[in-house]
Amino acid sequence: MPSPTSSPPAISFENVRKTYRGGQLKALDGVTFDIQPGEFFGLLGPNGAGKTTLISVLAGLARATEGRVRVMGHDVVDDYAAARKALGVVPQELVFDPFFSVRETLRIQSGYFGVKNNDAWIDELLHNLGLTDKAHANMRQLSGGMKRRVLVAQALVHRPPVIVLDEPTAGVDVELRQTLWQFIARLNREGHTVLLTTHYLEEAEALCQRIAMLKAGRIVALDRTSQLLAGTHSTMLRFKTDAVLPADIAARARVTGRIVQVTAHDAHEVETTLAELRKVGCPIEDLEIGRADLEDVFLEIMQGAEQ
Amino acid sequence: MNGASTLFYKEVLRFWKVAFQTVAAPVLTAVMYLLVFGHTLEDHVKVYDTVGYTQFLIPGLVMMSVLQNAFANSSSSLIQSKITGNLVFLLLTPLSPAAWFVAYVGAAVVRGLAVGTGVLLVTAWFAPPGLDNLLWVLVFTVLGAGLMGTLGLIAGLWAEKFDQLAAFQNFIIMPMTFLSGVFYSVHSLPGVWQAISHLNPFFFMIDGFRRGFFGVSDVSPWLSLGVVGVSFAVTAGLALSLLKRGYKIRS
Repeated sequence: MPSPTSSPPAISFENVRKTYRGGQLKALDGVTFDIQPGEFFGLLGPNGAGKTTLISVLAGLARATEGRVRVMGHDVVDDYAAARKALGVVPQELVFDPFFSVRETLRIQSGYFGVKNNDAWIDELLHNLGLTDKAHANMRQLSGGMKRRVLVAQALVHRPPVIVLDEPTAGVDVELRQTLWQFIARLNREGHTVLLTTHYLEEAEALCQRIAMLKAGRIVALDRTSQLLAGTHSTMLRFKTDAVLPADIAARARVTGRIVQVTAHDAHEVETTLAELRKVGCPIEDLEIGRADLEDVFLEIMQGAEQ
Repeated sequence: MNGASTLFYKEVLRFWKVAFQTVAAPVLTAVMYLLVFGHTLEDHVKVYDTVGYTQFLIPGLVMMSVLQNAFANSSSSLIQSKITGNLVFLLLTPLSPAAWFVAYVGAAVVRGLAVGTGVLLVTAWFAPPGLDNLLWVLVFTVLGAGLMGTLGLIAGLWAEKFDQLAAFQNFIIMPMTFLSGVFYSVHSLPGVWQAISHLNPFFFMIDGFRRGFFGVSDVSPWLSLGVVGVSFAVTAGLALSLLKRGYKIRS
């Protein structure tokens, strides 16, 4: 955990519940955790786990049925203006206003937050997100990736201390990912707090200092990324094959096309697995043995939460 | 109020960027009404002794255009933003419900004034309506456009689909404007229809507005001012309450 400070948490969730249909559907079920100023924090979970609902409550797009949420100490309901000024949210959906150019969009968004004469910062955002030559283009003329960059710029235009990225790299190319992560990492180094939700677990592993995992509206794991990775003592066997796997290996394997990944708890289990493959004459190529990554930890925790 | 002024600017810029559709087209529609009704009825209908039918028609057409376009501005902007999803950019801001209200209704008034001025400039060329009291003209234009902008805001919040908004426009706004005395004086109607017309706030908006041009009206302009003022206050209260609750925009 980060060292305690006298300043309030950047984000504080306190027993947050959100239900729909008169309480029949629980989207969030007592979520409690803090994110400290300056942290790069990951919020992971399968589809429907409640990540976007939690962010919606944080951003004021939805109201919690119970509980409190604060941004930099400001309650998102009672003191919503201060809370929203402290928050920059990149929404998951690729939305835009077709009436305006990129620069107009950013000037307008800046004005909503009461920030005028903001062109120097807008120019810096455009430069850092590779949008300078698109500044005067209408939003309709931009590709999906370019629109995603504008969404990021819109979230940052009022220089919020807390940045929320709700699956910002969904469906975007490698170049944008690199550009985006370099820029966000720089902002984090400069003191901005970042809350990231993503399905790309390698991004979360590389960027986030702490990670919370959400399932069915509940926090099922919350720790430093390094601790989560250390917590699993699994070894990962990775190989390619075209053959049918033996049933007991297939049951615990992750198969992506020809690539098979099988976890083993110790060296003996590695030996046993390889022996079994040899025994049934299953040809394998490009065998690698390594430590389990965040994806394995994630699957292990999610499966554990089901039991 | 920096945020509110930005939203107001954005809403004005939004309709101005497509002014051919949002300003020029309604002016042309009003001119068509004037040509058709003015030519066919000029010699057959006498409303006031000193005012010809075409002259009588012009303020009604101006006000009808003001009202319909003020409603269209706030309602269409909101429903488009809701359906395309870009309303999220506003929902994430610290703007208060009052700021939303002032900006949306203010821009609706500006569009109403722009269209109304256009209609007046073009139609007055056919039969100048004269001017008795500019203050009544301005008061009823701004208050009427404000009332309709507020109704548009409520309709935009309520509607979830374009056809719901179209139904609101076609089955409520359009009949109320057409049955408000734009094309006739309510005194020419049978007693029961006169009484029904007096339940229609649109009638008071148009009658008070017309008073500013001719110095004569079907009812006292003070009564019209009272009805329109109370209607505006009630709808404004409702709109502010819906915005505060985040009605159909925050879950």
